[in-house]
Amino acid sequence: MLSIGLGHYLTLAAIIFTIGIVGIFLNRKNIIVILMSIELILLAVNINLVSFSIFINDLSGQVFTLFILTVAAAEAAIGLAIIVVYYRNSGTIRVEEIDRLKG
Amino acid sequence: MIAHAIIFYIFSLIAIVSAIMVTVSKNTVNSVFFLILDFISISCLFIMIGAEFLGMIMLIVYVGAVAVLFLFVVMMLNVAQQKNEWFNSSGRSSHIPVGLLVSIIIFFELIIVIGGWKYKPDLLDSIAIEINTDLTNTQSLGGVIYTDYIHLFQLSGMVLLVAMIGAIVLTFRQRSGVKRQSYFKQISRDRKDGIELVDVENNKGVKIDA
Repeated sequence: MLSIGLGHYLTLAAIIFTIGIVGIFLNRKNIIVILMSIELILLAVNINLVSFSIFINDLSGQVFTLFILTVAAAEAAIGLAIIVVYYRNSGTIRVEEIDRLKG
Repeated sequence: MIAHAIIFYIFSLIAIVSAIMVTVSKNTVNSVFFLILDFISISCLFIMIGAEFLGMIMLIVYVGAVAVLFLFVVMMLNVAQQKNEWFNSSGRSSHIPVGLLVSIIIFFELIIVIGGWKYKPDLLDSIAIEINTDLTNTQSLGGVIYTDYIHLFQLSGMVLLVAMIGAIVLTFRQRSGVKRQSYFKQISRDRKDGIELVDVENNKGVKIDA
């Protein structure tokens, strides 16, 4: 309990990952919160990679985390741009009312 | 050792609580604030575990850029007052129990994976790049990404460039009724278009814009 090992970090990452999944599944109002949940999921993946990298003594996990950071930043920028365009065209970003594809 | 454990538990508790608040918060602006708190506590954990460079980069990239971008969009779109109420949504159907069930199953699968990983110790033998303890974290990362991972590094730069161009192209809007300077028209004017010589008759004058 008192010596923090790999399992503690992996459990933390699992909890945050699940919270992100719950945020995506159960949110029906606001699509920006869904994007934030995706950021949470990527954060959990980063925690996994960094903690494995430290505890296995292998640097490549941290390099991958760097690339995940890059992709997450690009994804946030593009996603928010799409949301802005959609809001401009249709006046709403409520998840319930986004049904143009009849999904 | 005990101090390390206490600090770990404090930071991870803050991270988990703020992650929950991101998803259940009524106001979207509050969600963004809790997202910032989450990123900060996780980057503190990164610094504590010995990945200082990534912790600092997380602060700069996530808190400094991504979260502020979220905040800008939330305030620009005027959805801050739009309630995020998935607990008591009026037209709620069967998706909430099913979603919760799937999430719980995913969580237990992750826990099972973490538990079962202990019985596979040969994974420890396949080390690609060993961490040199004489160098700092930033030095060793810099020595790796500019040599072994140089192509991936440049490719991620391309990803950022494409994302930047894409965001600009997506949100660019040509407004009608705005007068703009047209350089090409200005430069390609010559004397024939600009000046007209007219013989003015006596006592008659000239019609301009004829």
